[in-house]
Amino acid sequence: MTEPSLGDFLRNPVHGPGSSFTEVLKTHAPGEFPRRDLTQQVHAPEGTTVLALRYKDGVIVAGDRRATEGFQIAHRSIEKVFAADDHSAVAIAGAAGPAVEMVRLFQTELEHYEKVEGDRLSLEGKANKLSQMIRANLPAAMQGLVVVPVFAGYDLARKAGRIFKYDVTGGRYEEDDYHATGSGGKDARSSLKKRFRDGMTGEEAVKIAIEALFDAADEDVGTGGPDLMRGIFPNVVSIKESGMSEVDEDTLRRLFEELIAERRDHPNESHTVDVRRAGSEE
Amino acid sequence: MPSPYYVSPEQLMKDKADYARKGIARGKSIVALEYADGVCFVAENTSATLHKISEIYDRIAFAGVGKFNEFEQLRIGGIRLVDLKGYQYSREDVTAKGLANAYSQSLGAIFTSEVKPYEIEILVASVGDETDDTELFHILYDGSVSDRQRWVAMGGQSEALGAHLDTNYPKKLMSLKVAVELGHKALVTVEGHEMPAGTLEVAVLDRGRSRRKFRRLFEDEVSQLLS
Repeated sequence: MTEPSLGDFLRNPVHGPGSSFTEVLKTHAPGEFPRRDLTQQVHAPEGTTVLALRYKDGVIVAGDRRATEGFQIAHRSIEKVFAADDHSAVAIAGAAGPAVEMVRLFQTELEHYEKVEGDRLSLEGKANKLSQMIRANLPAAMQGLVVVPVFAGYDLARKAGRIFKYDVTGGRYEEDDYHATGSGGKDARSSLKKRFRDGMTGEEAVKIAIEALFDAADEDVGTGGPDLMRGIFPNVVSIKESGMSEVDEDTLRRLFEELIAERRDHPNESHTVDVRRAGSEE
Repeated sequence: MPSPYYVSPEQLMKDKADYARKGIARGKSIVALEYADGVCFVAENTSATLHKISEIYDRIAFAGVGKFNEFEQLRIGGIRLVDLKGYQYSREDVTAKGLANAYSQSLGAIFTSEVKPYEIEILVASVGDETDDTELFHILYDGSVSDRQRWVAMGGQSEALGAHLDTNYPKKLMSLKVAVELGHKALVTVEGHEMPAGTLEVAVLDRGRSRRKFRRLFEDEVSQLLS
């Protein structure tokens, strides 16, 4: 296909793609548009724990770094937390390829809207847009390429952090305090459930976020724990009114070392079962 | 059947050019100035929502004078073009040169084939990592492009503004404050009336910013810079 020229975009200014980049892509480069017409089951790298939680000034979004393919580790340091724009982030779970593609389209979509309209979408509007994109992925999800992200951001109108979770059909549900998804999502949620307190500081919130990831990695083979040897740590971002910032590696290393030291002294969550214990034969 | 009157191509083009120039002359002017951190745009614009200066891509900005709907159409077309290119290839493959060329082709085609030429002039500006990487492409209603340096003046009073800037543009790179003051002074001198901060549209391409270099300056900041 030949590349479209500027004239193609000018000819139809009124009934054209409006302020949606997805429409531009569909019309002018249909080959680039994510494929939905797969006919066979496909296996792609997956397995994850990503989470988001609210704190005093906004939200924390975090994700582990492991991608798996069956029982193999496909990648040790993949990124699953992406800045959608200055005030929101998407954390992906599910099939890595389509998820990363969806995020890239979502990022372009938000920036495109902002530039064309001269105004930003509301956080609600962004959450709904992502919902439509997940719904469009449903045929691929039926073939095994499921994408279920967590979307979180700072709502400049409400002056608060907000968290949205999705289901595979594009259903959108807002969570009040925290959410975690992926293969280790349940373990991370259990951890967050015990630790979450209203009105935490940023440092406290980052601490319980990495603790939840640590617990998920402890229970779920699809989730990677901190790799102190290679220096691979989860991606953790904090979003507040002034924008987004990434939690640096030194802070994460320190918090993990503190957590590990704490657990070593009080191994309160040991799952070792003594097989010689009476009654364990049944 | 009556035969149509013969009009020489020279006459036809001249009439179209005169028509376009008259339209542009009715509008307000814009100046763009290179300063220490990038490019600074100053325009007289009483509307806070209908912009003459806007963001196109990470390092690229757009400014237009003349008929609003015409340069607005080009602005949106340009955003679609570069967003598509950046999505298909990579963000770094989007260049001001490529965009300026696309604008030039479109305006050239419209000027020769349409009955009514566009009554606009546009500027495509981009910044790089160094001061020498700044590019200013000035594109006219007939598609002719010029690669400019230091400053560009467009609109009804562009000649008088050019004369003012030629004599007053400093040898050394300016700070943002000096650049906004110079742009404001040039517009006030040429237009011959006061322009408080609220009637100015000011924006910058600031190479010190992270990915997206474009930033608008709001009224408070502009009045601070002018005080």
